[in-house]
Amino acid sequence: MDKSIASVAEAVADIPDGATVMIGGFGGSGSPIELIHALIDHGAKHLTVINNNAGNGHVGLAALIEQGQVDKLICSFPRSADPVVFTEAYLAGKIELELVPQGTLAERIRAGGAGIPAFFTPTSFGTDLAIGKPVAEFEGRSYVQERWLKADYALIKAQQADAHGNLTYRMAARNFNPIMAMAATTTIAQVSELVPLGSIDPEHVITPGIFVNRVVTVANPQQEEILNRAEAVYP
Amino acid sequence: MTDIEAIKLSNAQIAWRAAQDIEDGAYVNLGIGFPEMVAKYQPQGRQAIFHTENGVLDFGESPAKGREDWDLINAGKKAITLRPGASFFHHADSFAMVRGGHLDVAILGAYQVAQNGDLANWSTGKGGVPAVGGAMDLVHGAKRVAVLTDHCTKKGEPKLLAECSLPLTGVGCVTRVYTSLAVVDIEGGNFVLREKIPNISFDELQAVTGAVLTTDGPVADLIVPEL
Repeated sequence: MDKSIASVAEAVADIPDGATVMIGGFGGSGSPIELIHALIDHGAKHLTVINNNAGNGHVGLAALIEQGQVDKLICSFPRSADPVVFTEAYLAGKIELELVPQGTLAERIRAGGAGIPAFFTPTSFGTDLAIGKPVAEFEGRSYVQERWLKADYALIKAQQADAHGNLTYRMAARNFNPIMAMAATTTIAQVSELVPLGSIDPEHVITPGIFVNRVVTVANPQQEEILNRAEAVYP
Repeated sequence: MTDIEAIKLSNAQIAWRAAQDIEDGAYVNLGIGFPEMVAKYQPQGRQAIFHTENGVLDFGESPAKGREDWDLINAGKKAITLRPGASFFHHADSFAMVRGGHLDVAILGAYQVAQNGDLANWSTGKGGVPAVGGAMDLVHGAKRVAVLTDHCTKKGEPKLLAECSLPLTGVGCVTRVYTSLAVVDIEGGNFVLREKIPNISFDELQAVTGAVLTTDGPVADLIVPEL
C-alpha cells in the first residue's frame, strides 16, 4: 500500500464543482496552504467549505474565497486580523455563512467521522444559534440537538506521514486536522516529511492511516502569518 | 455625587481581583482580550494550568519578539510558549474538556449579564459579520463561569441587568461578576453583592446597576493594589 501522491496538483485534481471540503487549521496554524492554493489552480467552484475561520489576508482560504470558488462557509469565527475578503463577499451576499459554536463544530465533525448522525449539547441552548433545533431535557438540564458534519474531501496538514497515511502533527497545528481526516470520504494530507513505514512509533501515531487516502509531501510549508506579514497575494 | 469614572478600577485591577480567586493547580480558560490579563496576576506560590481551545494545556507567556512559532498559538491567535508538563490535543478533545465539566474556571468578558446568570457577549445584534468562536461552549461546563467587565458601558448604561437585551451567549451560566466597582455573585436568580470599592456608597452602586443588588451578610471592601 502506498498512499503517497507526487504533487499537490495531482492530489486535488478530482475535486468536482459543488464538493463539500473540510479544510484543517485554526487561523494559520495547521492550515494546508499549498493544498488550498492547488485547489485554486484546479478551479473547482460552488464549494461548501468547513473551517474554523474565514481566512486572513489574501492567501489560503481567503484567496479561495476571493476567487469566488466558495458558495457557502461553515465556521465558528469568520473574523481575523485582515478579514476583508470574507467580509466583503458576505456583505455583498456572494457567500452563505452557517455560524456554528466552535465546540459544536468540532463535535459535529467528530460525529461525522464516528458515524453518529446527531447528538445533544448544552452549547447554544436558549440562544439565536439554537433556533429551529430540537431541544430535550436530560437529568434536569436542557440540551440542543446537533447533526453530524461530513465532507467529500478533507484537506489537512500534518508533520510526518508514512505510506499507509499514519500521521503525526506539530504542536497546536493539530487542532481540527485529526477529526476532519475522519469525517471526509477522501482525506488528503500535506505533510512536511514522508518517512519509511515503521519509522513512526505506533505509540506516536495521532491519526491512523485508515482515515487518510492521499499523502503529499510539502517539505517547507508556507505559514499564513508570515505570508500576511509580507502582504502576499495568491495567485 | 461621586465621580465614578475617577474612582473605578482599571481593567488590570479587575483582572488582579479575579486572579486572587484561582486556586493553585486549577484548570482555567481565559477568554480572548481583557480576561487574558488574569494570568499575569496569579498570587505568589500559585500556578494555574491554562487551557486554550485550539488544543494546548499549560501554556505560558508570549515568546520574545522574533521567537514566535506560528504553530504554537492561543485562541486569540497570539504566539505562546509551553510550560513543563504541557500537552497538545485535537479540537474535539479540547471541547470535551470544556463541555465535559473538566475545567475549574472559565473567565469571559461581557456586554451584559442578567441577574439570573444569562450572559450576552458575542453579538451586539447590529448586523455585520456574526462570529461566535468558543464563547457559547465555554459558558457550559466549567465549574465556575466568571465575568470581568466594566460596571457600566462607555455611555454610562448599566451592564448588570434584570434581563439582557442583546443576543444571549448562554442561559443562567454566570456564577460571579468582577466589575470595575464590585464583586457580585449570582445566586438563586439574584445579584448578591460581596465586595464594593470603599469610596462608593451602596445606593450609588445600586443606581448604576440595572437590577436589585441583594446582600446576605456584610459587604467587604474591594481593595486592589495600584497596577
